[in-house]
Parts: sequence; C-alpha cells; structure tokens
Amino acid sequence: MTKRSSLAPNRPGPSKVARAWEILAVPVVVTLLSLLVGAVVILGSELIVTGRKFDPFLWFTAYAALVQGAFGGTDAIVSTLVYTTPLVFGGLAVAFGFKAGLFNIGAQGQFLVGALGAVIVGVALADAPAPIAIVAATMAGIIAGGLWGFIPGFLKAVSGAHEVVSTIMLNYVAVQLLAALVSGPLKVPKSPSPVTYDVGNAAYPIVIGGTGHIGIILAIVAAGFVWWLLFRTTWGFEIRSVGANPDAARYAGMRPKLLTIATMTFSGGLAGLAGTSVLLGVTHSMTSAFGTTVGFDSIAVALLARSNPIGVVAAALLFGSMRAGAGLMQINAGIPVELVDVLQATILLFLVASPVLRRVLRLRGVQAGIAETAATNALGTEPTD
Amino acid sequence: MTDETGPTLAPALEMRGITKRYPGVIANDGISLQVRPGEIHALLGENGAGKTTLMNVLYGLATPDEGEILLDGQPVAISGPADAIARGINMVHQHFMLVPVLSVAENILLGDETMANRIFLDRREARRRIVELGRRFGFEIDPDAKVGSLSVGWQQRVEILKALYRKARILVLDEPTAVLTPQETEEIFGVLRRLAGEGHSIVFISHKLYEVLEIADRITVIRRGRVVGERLPSATDEDDLAELMVGREVQLTVDRGVSHPAGPVLQIRGLEARDDRGQAAVRGVDLEVRAGEIFGIAGVAGNGQDELVEAIVGLRRPSAGTVSLAGQDVTGRSPRKMNEAGVAYVPADRHRFGLILSFPLADNLVLTSYYRKPYARGIVRDPKAILRDATTTIERYDIRTPAATVRASTLSGGNQQKAVVAREFDRDLELLVLDQPTRGLDVGSIEFIHRQVIAKRDAGTAVLLVSAELDEVLEMSDRIGVMFGGRIVAVLDGRTADKNEVGLLMATGGAERVAALAATSA
Repeated sequence: MTKRSSLAPNRPGPSKVARAWEILAVPVVVTLLSLLVGAVVILGSELIVTGRKFDPFLWFTAYAALVQGAFGGTDAIVSTLVYTTPLVFGGLAVAFGFKAGLFNIGAQGQFLVGALGAVIVGVALADAPAPIAIVAATMAGIIAGGLWGFIPGFLKAVSGAHEVVSTIMLNYVAVQLLAALVSGPLKVPKSPSPVTYDVGNAAYPIVIGGTGHIGIILAIVAAGFVWWLLFRTTWGFEIRSVGANPDAARYAGMRPKLLTIATMTFSGGLAGLAGTSVLLGVTHSMTSAFGTTVGFDSIAVALLARSNPIGVVAAALLFGSMRAGAGLMQINAGIPVELVDVLQATILLFLVASPVLRRVLRLRGVQAGIAETAATNALGTEPTD
Repeated sequence: MTDETGPTLAPALEMRGITKRYPGVIANDGISLQVRPGEIHALLGENGAGKTTLMNVLYGLATPDEGEILLDGQPVAISGPADAIARGINMVHQHFMLVPVLSVAENILLGDETMANRIFLDRREARRRIVELGRRFGFEIDPDAKVGSLSVGWQQRVEILKALYRKARILVLDEPTAVLTPQETEEIFGVLRRLAGEGHSIVFISHKLYEVLEIADRITVIRRGRVVGERLPSATDEDDLAELMVGREVQLTVDRGVSHPAGPVLQIRGLEARDDRGQAAVRGVDLEVRAGEIFGIAGVAGNGQDELVEAIVGLRRPSAGTVSLAGQDVTGRSPRKMNEAGVAYVPADRHRFGLILSFPLADNLVLTSYYRKPYARGIVRDPKAILRDATTTIERYDIRTPAATVRASTLSGGNQQKAVVAREFDRDLELLVLDQPTRGLDVGSIEFIHRQVIAKRDAGTAVLLVSAELDEVLEMSDRIGVMFGGRIVAVLDGRTADKNEVGLLMATGGAERVAALAATSA
C-alpha cells in the first residue's frame, strides 16, 4: 500500500508483520505468479519447438541464469544498476502523475525528447569543462522532457483533453521528431548511418565498476527527493489532494488546473531525466534506434510500486535485474531474452487484476488505490503499447 | 392510530435474536422485532446503531451469525434482494433507485416486466394497473410522466408504487421524509396509513422523533446493536425516546438565547448564478446577514441553495450581481481569498467537498490551512505541528477516533462532520456559511454542532444557514429567507415564523405565485 501521507507512522491496529504483508503482498504475489507463468511458457515452448531433448527443469536453469546474470559478480550487479537507473526516473515520473490522479502514459515520448535535449546540448558542449557540460546537458534533458509533459497538462487544464490520449499521440510525435533530427540536422555528415556526434565531456563519469555511471546515484537522490516533495511539502500535499479528491481540493482553495499543469511538467521532466541518463551515461550519442521500451516499462514499475517513490526503486531494481540477466539466460538455457518481456507483461496483467487478487488473499484494504484505479480504468480502454 | 392492544394475529414479520458481527464490531446483538399485519412499526436509532444492518439482514444482503427470520410464523432463509422481493418484502431506500429519464411506468416495470408475450412488454396493462394502484392509495399519477420531472415527494410515491406493484406485503422505508417538505410528509403519511389499513406491514426507519410519534403504531428503539426499548406512541414522548436512543438526557430544542445583531457583514445584491448544466439556478437574490445573527434559508432541495452558497464562498462564479463582505466587494474571489477574509464554509456534501476520505484525520483538519504557519514553513510541512494541533482539536471538539492518524473514512458520519466543523470553526470568523450542517447525523452530534453555531453567533459572527430540515432552520434562525425557484420569496422573523406558513412558501413560492398559477389554470 502506498504511504498516503506523512502522518501515517503510528497507526494503531495490526502488528508490523501484518502491515508489511498488507503492503508487500500484492507486488510479491504478482511477481511470483508471473514467474510461474514464465515457467509454463518455457515448458510449453519446449514441447512446441522440436529437435531438442525435453528438459523438465529447463525453467529452473533459465531462472538460475537470470539471477546469476543479474547478481553474480560485480559486473553483473553494476549492469543491473545501469539498467535500473532509467527505470527509477521513469517509474518516479509515472508514479508522480498517479499521485495527482493523472495517467502519464507518455513517459516514452518524454524519455525520447529528454534524451534529444541532452544530446543537442551535450554535443554543443562536448569540449566544454566536464562539470559545466554535464550540468547543462542534464538540465536540457529535464527541460525538454518537462516541455513534452507540459503540453498534455496544459491541454487538459484549458480544454479537458484527456492526458491518456494526448500523451499517446505525443509519443508518436516524439518518435518521428527524433528520427527526423537524427537523420537530418543532428546527423554526423557523411556518416553511413543516422547517428549524432558523441557528447564528449558531457558524458557521465563512471563511479562504480566498468560501466556504473553517476546517474545511478542521481536516481537514488531523485527517489528521495520525490518522496520528500510528495509527503513533506505543501506542494506534494496539494498534488495528493487533487489526486484523491479534486472537489475537496478546490474547496480547500487549491487550484487543480494549475496543479495538473505543474504535475505533468514535473513528471515529464523526470521521464526526460530517464532518457538523459541513458544518453549521457550509456550510449553517449544517439542513433535513430535509440529508445528501447524504458518509458513503457516505467508504467509497470510505477504500478508495481503502487506509486510509492521508495517502492519505485525496488520495482525498478526487479525489472532492471531481469534486463541485465536476460543475456546470460539466453546463453546458458537457450531461452530468448524476450522471455523478460513476457514476465513484465504478465506482471502488468496481474496488477490490473489486483482487486481480484486482494480478495483472494483476503487483504483488508480492498478499495483500490488511486493509481490502481486510474490505471485500471485507462488500461481497460486504452492499449498501452 | 390503531388501538393499543393491536391485532392479535401472528406477526407478519418476526426477527428473533438477530446477531451480526463484523470484524471488531457487533452490529446487531440479539435484536428481536415483531411487526404485525397492518402495523406501522417504527425503528428508531442513531446512525450506527444497527438499523441498516438489521434491514440488510432482512433484505438478504447480509447473513446473520445468529437468529432467525419468520414470515407469518414460518422460518425462512432469505438469500438476497430478489428472494426478499419474491417473499413480499420491499425496501424504499433513502436515495431513490429510479432512472430519471424513464417514465413512471417504465421505472415501475424495471426488473419485474409485465409481458404481453415473450418479447414485448404489455405497456397498456402495466399503465392500467399503476393508475389503479395509485387511486387505491389516494393519488392520481400519470404513468407516462418522466420521473426526472417529478418532485421529490412524487418520486417517493413512485418508489412506493414500485413496491406495491411487486405485491409487497412488508414495506421498509429508510428515512423516507428526509427530503420532503412538511406538506409532502403529511401526504406520504396519508398514503402509509391507507397501506396499513389494507393490511400491509410497514417498517419505518427514522431518527425524527416527532414523526415517529405521529405515524407509528409501535416504536422499537435500538442503540449500539441492541433493542433498548419498545414503546407505544401514546405512552411516551420525545424526551423519553431521545434518552432511550442516545443513552443519556438530551436537550432537543436549541437554547438559542438572545441574539445581538450588529452591522451587516454579508451583503448580496441581484446575485445570479448558473448550475453545472448552465441553467439559471440563482435568479436575482438580495440578502443581508448581520454580525451576530443567524440567517436561515429554508427551501426544498434543488431550488438554487447550493449554487447560492457556492457563489458566495467563491466556488462558483456569479453570472450577475455582487457579493460584499464587511463593505468590501468580494464578488468572484477565489475560495482561498474568501477563506483568508474570514469566511468559513461547511459544505453540504462532506464526502465530496469537506474531507479527503483517504487522508489521515490530521491532514483533513488542516485542509484549508495546510500552507500557513505553523503547519508549514515555506513549502515544507511540519508534521509534528499538524499532529500536535490535531490532537488538541480532537479533544476539544470531542471527535471520537482511535488516533489523529487514522483515515477520515474510518470515522462515523457524525465524527466526520465534527472534524469539518472543528476545522472551519476554530478561528476568528466574519462569516460562517453552513450548508446542511447536520444532514444524516444523530441527535447527539446535531446537539453538539448547534451549540457550536450558537457560540459562533454570540461571538459576533454572521451565520448563513442553509438546510432542508425545516425544523433546524426554525429553531436556529433569527431571520428566515424562503428560497424557491432561485429567488428568496419571503423573509420572516425566526421567532414568530409558523412552520406551516414556511412549508407552504417552500412548496409554492408564496401567495402571489399561487394566485398567478390559479389565474392561468382557470
């Protein structure tokens, strides 16, 4: 259960263990169930794909390799952390929107536009002193992503346009914008493929292992900052109030429309930071293939975390470790990395069905959280991908 | 009223030793109830006393842990509402279960369609039966009228007809008069008496003592899940019933004392406002509330009161006219500005406007002051200060809660309203706007809130009180404005105003209007 307020600590009632179970039951059970489905998929594919000896424990080999690939040794762990970083930013972006009752399905678009902002400024400052280049490129990424979030927020405030629809549309605009810029003005002249220059000094310094860039630390700081913002500031209180009961928020003198714009902008900025961290921390330049599925995975991360900023870190770590371990799973067990997509999709499906799950588990807090309701409503009518 | 010995037949309905436990509470603790054929049996109790649970058990919505239900002396197990209806038990809910865009006949047929054949409804036969049923119980109803166009009183009759159409023998009415004018109440009582006269049994749930005394043949009082007494109306009075219901002596009428009005605080000139659908709801209201007086607005719900109040407190932009506060024009100011100018507002719907139910009580107590010192420094909140003040407020306003940190949703209705009152009253005020401040509350909470309002008045605050409970307006107000069709049609002295006179004004809009209507229809 999400921590709904700063004032929840000494609530009387069930024991600590019982309360921990209340909070963790759904995410834990959902993850276990999806692993179970994954095992069935593995066994099923064994039966369908002929020419191989049937191994009833292949799923175990696969999962063992997944864990080893994610946590077996320093390199593996650092790799997990690198995969986790953008998911933390993205998960925070979506979770922040949920808190205000907004379903920011456009994290993917904001991710791309944020990375674009970072690469433009990063390339321009590639030879500038590193601290200046890094800060400026990062700020550019946040602002660009924020702008991409501001648009749907503004549209919703002035005309009531639903953010789910407008952010999905803006995702497509972002993809095309990126393709146009990377194969046009940003392209390295005479290069055979569409790719930008390297960001040079704007690249994030490595702080852990061979690939662990400073974005990892930034992600932890961001999670703490978002938690503080939501639960310790008046602005966070207003956002949560608007999310929980817009009518009461208006009555209390808050301004829901303004808050909608601010929330979407901030959420977009966080998603932009996700893109920035990948660009400045990992790829250092942009190709037209930049982009993966971080923005969409972020929605699953936020849902699994039930919009709690600290939970986002845990959920992102789960998803990040799956991405990091998938390679070894393919090598050791011959299971394609796409199994991870199956696992993540199953997690999302089970989460949407979590009211049912809560009833089965006989959990008290049967009424769904705001995030769940918003997501369930939206997922019921809108495909996410 | 029937004679005191009552009919000697077997009870139409008997509930024996009904016990229903929920985690941590015993909602019904061995409740027994006998309702004879042709009897109007009142079930009296505060909110949370267990009335609703008992009726849910009767309607098959809850399974009792112990006890049994007998119909005509035969034990039965009721599996659900459909089963209850099939056995002749029908419920008229407080909030009507009607579809406004459908006609009276269509609403009555919903769920129990009279078929001409397997595919088509027999509308003609249905209409005929509805008109006939209506006549039998003393009213002419047009089966083709859209339910949405009917007054609340007539909608209630449609609900009752719906039950009768399903051949109900036992009719349960949950707070049926909560939304009616005194005249409409009288008319409904007439209908109920005829029903009882034809042998129907009626369970009448209420917390209005004088009504229960007027209509019931027998009264069962429950408190905290137990039957604490059974009375005949002839052998009891309001004070006795109130004491049984609350468990202590209660002061029923407000001791309002003498008011000392001073200069005008709120002045409204030619105010007009539209409702959410863009229709004119407030059509030119002139109003003045002085410091140290309570100005009550009486009116049937939906005559523009909500829009008027919202226009005053800044939640709704007036389309014309001015609102001034202590001589200063404040028309169209935001809710925040009005709040800071010393205007407090207790909204009619505490769940929609007054509280954020999923937030802790402490957060709700600072919902309108969270951004000010000492609850925040700059943008950083101070949870310790919030919690500390919450704890003292809870004590001072006697809000019953295990802690300041529990969610507002876990509090009873009365305590939720106390929380809203505590938050809004707990500072120096120029103007206090109350919209239905005691709706749905028990006697104890009502008494408490009324006292707080009087205390505010005596401290020199101008109070604007809107209520659909005419008695509340009559008891509390120094002056009474009657609102009808978006206008204040009359202003009366609160100490001399006659209940029937006000009721008539509420229902018709006043003499000139009645005369005008008579002229056009003649």
